Amino acid sequence: MNQAELVEPESAEPRMTPERTVLEIANLQTHFFTTGGVVRAVDGVSYTVRSGETLGVVGESGCGKSVTALSVLRLVADPPGRVVGGTIRFEGTDLLDLTETQMEEIRGNDISMIFQEPMTSLNPLMTVGRQIAEAIALHRGLSRRDAMDQAMEMLRRVHIPEPERRAHAYPHQLSGGMRQRVMIAMAVSCSPKLLIADEPTTALDVTIQAQILDLMRELQDTLGTAIVLITHDMGVVAENADRVVVMYAGRKVEEASAQELFERPGHPYTKGLLGSIPNVEVAAHINTRRARLNEIKGMVPSLANLPKGCTFAPRCGFASDQCRVAYPPLAQYRPGHWIACWHAEQVLGGTA
Amino acid sequence: MSRLLEVEELKKHFPIHTGLFSRVSGQVYAVDGISFHIDRGETLGLVGESGCGKSTAGRTLLKLLEPTAGKIRVRGEDITDLDQDGMLPYRRQMQMIYQDPYASLNPRMSAGDIVGEPLVIHRIGAPKERRDRVAHLFERVGLRPELVKAYPHEFSGGQRQRIGIARALALSPELIVGDEPVSALDVSIQAQIINLLMDLQDEYRLSYLFVAHDLAVVEHISDRVAVMYLGRIVEMTDKTTLFDTPLHPYTEALLSAVPIPKYGARDRKRVILTGDVPSPINPPPGCHFHTRCPYAMARCRHEVPSLREVEPGHWASCHLHDAGARFPLAKLGRE
Repeated sequence: MNQAELVEPESAEPRMTPERTVLEIANLQTHFFTTGGVVRAVDGVSYTVRSGETLGVVGESGCGKSVTALSVLRLVADPPGRVVGGTIRFEGTDLLDLTETQMEEIRGNDISMIFQEPMTSLNPLMTVGRQIAEAIALHRGLSRRDAMDQAMEMLRRVHIPEPERRAHAYPHQLSGGMRQRVMIAMAVSCSPKLLIADEPTTALDVTIQAQILDLMRELQDTLGTAIVLITHDMGVVAENADRVVVMYAGRKVEEASAQELFERPGHPYTKGLLGSIPNVEVAAHINTRRARLNEIKGMVPSLANLPKGCTFAPRCGFASDQCRVAYPPLAQYRPGHWIACWHAEQVLGGTA
Repeated sequence: MSRLLEVEELKKHFPIHTGLFSRVSGQVYAVDGISFHIDRGETLGLVGESGCGKSTAGRTLLKLLEPTAGKIRVRGEDITDLDQDGMLPYRRQMQMIYQDPYASLNPRMSAGDIVGEPLVIHRIGAPKERRDRVAHLFERVGLRPELVKAYPHEFSGGQRQRIGIARALALSPELIVGDEPVSALDVSIQAQIINLLMDLQDEYRLSYLFVAHDLAVVEHISDRVAVMYLGRIVEMTDKTTLFDTPLHPYTEALLSAVPIPKYGARDRKRVILTGDVPSPINPPPGCHFHTRCPYAMARCRHEVPSLREVEPGHWASCHLHDAGARFPLAKLGRE
């Protein structure tokens, strides 16, 4: 395990399996009822994920990307939070109609989730082997011993060195990268159809991040899992997502294939975000020190007190009177490219 | 360019105490002999993964931590052994910006008092002059002057970082050490702060030591970059050369691991390192990187490579240079 691998890029061949829709979220509204007022954390979000596909969901803190995911698993704490509208269809069934018992059947089995901080999502009092075995025993009805064997196999599959020994380790005895591998082993142990990864590599160093993302791709190729990859890192999205949803202040403002989104962003927010991140390739070759990053002026509005009209208008260089009055509808401007902006044509045309 | 700061073989080890009598049972070799300089008006980026010692290096050279060994010189004056009083004039010239804009501001002081405190400590100006200076600093970092009376909790993360920057500027320093100053911020706010730091550098001809884990951010703001791994600098040169022709296998792996926000970047070849960074308590003998290095030779396991100038202005510590290896080692896909 001490050797680094030189990884060849994957071939661009399309996958052989026909893609079918695994998850379909429509007009989801998840609100939090607080003493300070109603916080519309998710306000009418729709997206679909197909089998074998990675959907990137990007946005800054508080944009609702994580709450959307928690709503899918029905893990939003109630009170204060509640799904007040919309549907979440998983393979045709609306998850919002299921009983809690039925939901437990699905969680960790058909739909799994990986969280940002593996230390807080693992039980510190149980060995990692037992934690993985627990999920397997529960969902597959295996005996403890068989489940443990399976757990060991899972640890091997996520490339943990010496799985026999590591299975008996407690979470604190493992490094951050190793813990995230354990989380992934647990998440994919029942071959889920959908894996929701919420900032899975944000807490990790960049060389470890590369390992974990590589592992997720590998598992997706073998299992055909649909992945929702939630992140704030545009680089991670560019290198891992097939399609991308951009969220701002509780709504989807843009959706497109990864290529289309990075090459022709159509929402001023997306465009601004892309301009505001330093790119290691570009940054290395800027010789004048005066190259400024594009700023998005101001800051994200409070969800409890959103501006009228388009929520991005106060920060937007394209904003007109119309933007300050009415929220723009999400419309398809190019095949598969959806944008919620009154001035999308102008943004796409590059006339800023 | 005049040389502002020189650091020579700087070491900072932390003893580990165990047992009833706090016996010293080991050392954390956080910074283990690093040398570099910073010129006036220049930005040196210090990049590396968690635990590589980059933050400790920043703190030690400001003498917020006592160095274990080595020399720190400011404009040629050796400050390594100065006591608190002796350091006072140097503290005015060297300031720090911290990562966490929530933890680094006293919640019980108003923003104006926080920014003005260095002036009070160094007994600069009459109260009226201090107030004017604070108002000027607020304006300069993009905060409305009426916010001097507000308390830290009333500010957003980006605004708090502006307060931290204003505080660092209060004494008109020559060197600012930024310890991950933008890491806790959302990307759109991060760009605002990076731009502000670059504007201030132009205006006041500041020197920066910019400590961060994000290579893209470091390259954007820096002139030269030093890459650290387990307490040592493994490579140091100007950012363009570092990116185009890295002369250390770790730099190469680090560059290829950074995700690039551009479609098509996923198709490049890359080096994916296996394993984790070893513990700085018990670093591997020889070259610290040999446990993860795809090119490690027998010699690397016991002999420490020295940081030497492989090309003019391009420093690297790797035995492969003696072995006649050609860099870049991996044929990484680039445009």
